[in-house]
Amino acid sequence: MPENIAFEIQQILPDVILCFFGVFILLAGPFVGKAKQSSLGILGLAGIVAASLATANLVGNDGTYFTGMIIVDHFSIFFRFTFLLISGLTILSSLDYLRRQNINLSEYHSLILFATVGMNLMAASNELIMVFLGLETLSISSYILLGVKRTDPKSNESALKYFLLGSFSSAFLLYGIALAYGATKTTNLELIAKHILSGSADMRLVYIAMGLMFVGFGFKVATAPFHVWTPDVYEGAPTPVTAFMSVGPKAAGFAIFFRVFLVAFPTTYEKWLVLAWASAVLTMTLGNVVAIVQNNIKRMLAYSSIAHAGYILVAFVSGRDDGVAAVLFYTLAMNIGAFTIVALISRENEQKISIDDYAGIGFKQPLLASSLSLFLLSLAGIPLTAGFAGKFFIFRAAIESHFIWLAVVGVINSVVSVYYYLRIIVIMYMKELPEDYVPVSISPGVAVVLWLATFGILQLGIYPDFVISLARVSVLNHH
Amino acid sequence: MELAIFLVLSVISIASALSILIQRHPIYSALSLILTFMSLAGIYIQMQAEFIAVMQVVVYTGAIMVLFVFVIMLLNVKAEERVPNKLIVMKYFGIPLTLLLVTGVGVNIFQSFSGQAIRVSVASAPGLTGNTQSIGKLLYTQYALPFEVTSILLLVAIIGAILMAKKEL
Repeated sequence: MPENIAFEIQQILPDVILCFFGVFILLAGPFVGKAKQSSLGILGLAGIVAASLATANLVGNDGTYFTGMIIVDHFSIFFRFTFLLISGLTILSSLDYLRRQNINLSEYHSLILFATVGMNLMAASNELIMVFLGLETLSISSYILLGVKRTDPKSNESALKYFLLGSFSSAFLLYGIALAYGATKTTNLELIAKHILSGSADMRLVYIAMGLMFVGFGFKVATAPFHVWTPDVYEGAPTPVTAFMSVGPKAAGFAIFFRVFLVAFPTTYEKWLVLAWASAVLTMTLGNVVAIVQNNIKRMLAYSSIAHAGYILVAFVSGRDDGVAAVLFYTLAMNIGAFTIVALISRENEQKISIDDYAGIGFKQPLLASSLSLFLLSLAGIPLTAGFAGKFFIFRAAIESHFIWLAVVGVINSVVSVYYYLRIIVIMYMKELPEDYVPVSISPGVAVVLWLATFGILQLGIYPDFVISLARVSVLNHH
Repeated sequence: MELAIFLVLSVISIASALSILIQRHPIYSALSLILTFMSLAGIYIQMQAEFIAVMQVVVYTGAIMVLFVFVIMLLNVKAEERVPNKLIVMKYFGIPLTLLLVTGVGVNIFQSFSGQAIRVSVASAPGLTGNTQSIGKLLYTQYALPFEVTSILLLVAIIGAILMAKKEL
């Protein structure tokens, strides 16, 4: 036990800043008018910009801090930037949404900041205890965000479902952590690996711990068979929160999934390989096949995001994380973009979320329809979009690691997915517009989100060099 | 002597745990739960984990159970009425699963007596008397950051409770 420890606040400065702004928004809430509550999001954006600057300052500080609790490396810095981007885009697209839906809660923005703190701590944690605390901070913030439409039964249902199932899965994770500690006398990821290597750990306990953690993380990233909550939760949630949920907690979940399994359990690779392999195949197939029959666009995008979790698992099985950055990055741009449009089209009280509500809007709302088409094409993995580059990376990694069948299943699934993505585009451009259609106006915040997402997709698709360099810097140094 | 105390405490805890399930009135169930917690606290003291024992009493028996009992009293819950058990199917799953659990636990107990138990290590704290002191020391040195992060976690939970439960915002 160390006698005196150093408090290296600058290594967690982004999180300190985010917490500061989160509390500041809460305190500022009572002083602004009721109708202006949602505009406190501007403060949230300011916090995110400040935190980004602080994160940029972390580059080059590689090492572990706070008695080994926190690690600063390329991997964590990459994910920190990803999370900040996700939260920034979510706040931008929510500003207008909250006003339209009459949700006057400043807490909304501060909860997004606290959720970001949770995600940051997950990506930067080097200790199972920090993993759990980060995960819980994120989860509790998301439970509340899902239920932020307090009078809407669907939003309540979504929050309650996620809360019950989320607490259940946290218990699995916690049990796994406890057993890992019991077997190795430590919760530090690197020390766990060392103990396993030296043979001083009881391997039966380690295997059970790994299995339980696999369940816990699998739930958070929605891989089959732990995906059942996803469609219901995504459907009932306020749409910007759905966008956030489909990328933020997922990216954070994968970050920690990779870190724990590749850093703490690398020597037992062949044991969890089977689990991950089966889960990847099941997740991709189930997500894509069930998405075909969905008529609600939010549910369809939910299944599509399950399928994408499957693709990321393929990279995980291949034991290579260079494709992961690419996929996370492109799903980020596309999901947030697509859900922003869904939020716009759905109107007040989110009535219009059936696929048929998109009939004929192609020529009436050119910007919305063309960018939604681009996002969907990119999700399908059509060349010249970011989706193609990302999938190419992942399947190449699978083939190079001799998982030919996994790559084959993945490619077949990609082909299946084209059907349901194209279906929406067909409906938008080839069906009749209903007589009573009222065009929706695009607010500046939404426009910024759409342009950024479009730019990201084309940039990553046409110049994959950026993806490659991104992949190179974000690789977890685990060997 | 130690064995005798242990036996008495474990019999009380198992009996009161059973009584939680058997009682028809929720208040009796809640009171049985308190008894279970108290006897478990006694067992923790026997294992020289006095900090956990005190926490068990203060947090569970003191705070949480008082809330339980208050809620039950405020809601004025009546004794559960006897409802015919429609889920006969559950029995067919329940009995084999219970048997499985009992054999699993039994095998473990048997192994521990024959000296091939699963190894679980207990963290030792050299040079300190009592584990309350060593936990305190660890919390403010090694685990200072998680300790602080917990406060953020609790803050978020409080925000959530207010946001969800308040009648008008």
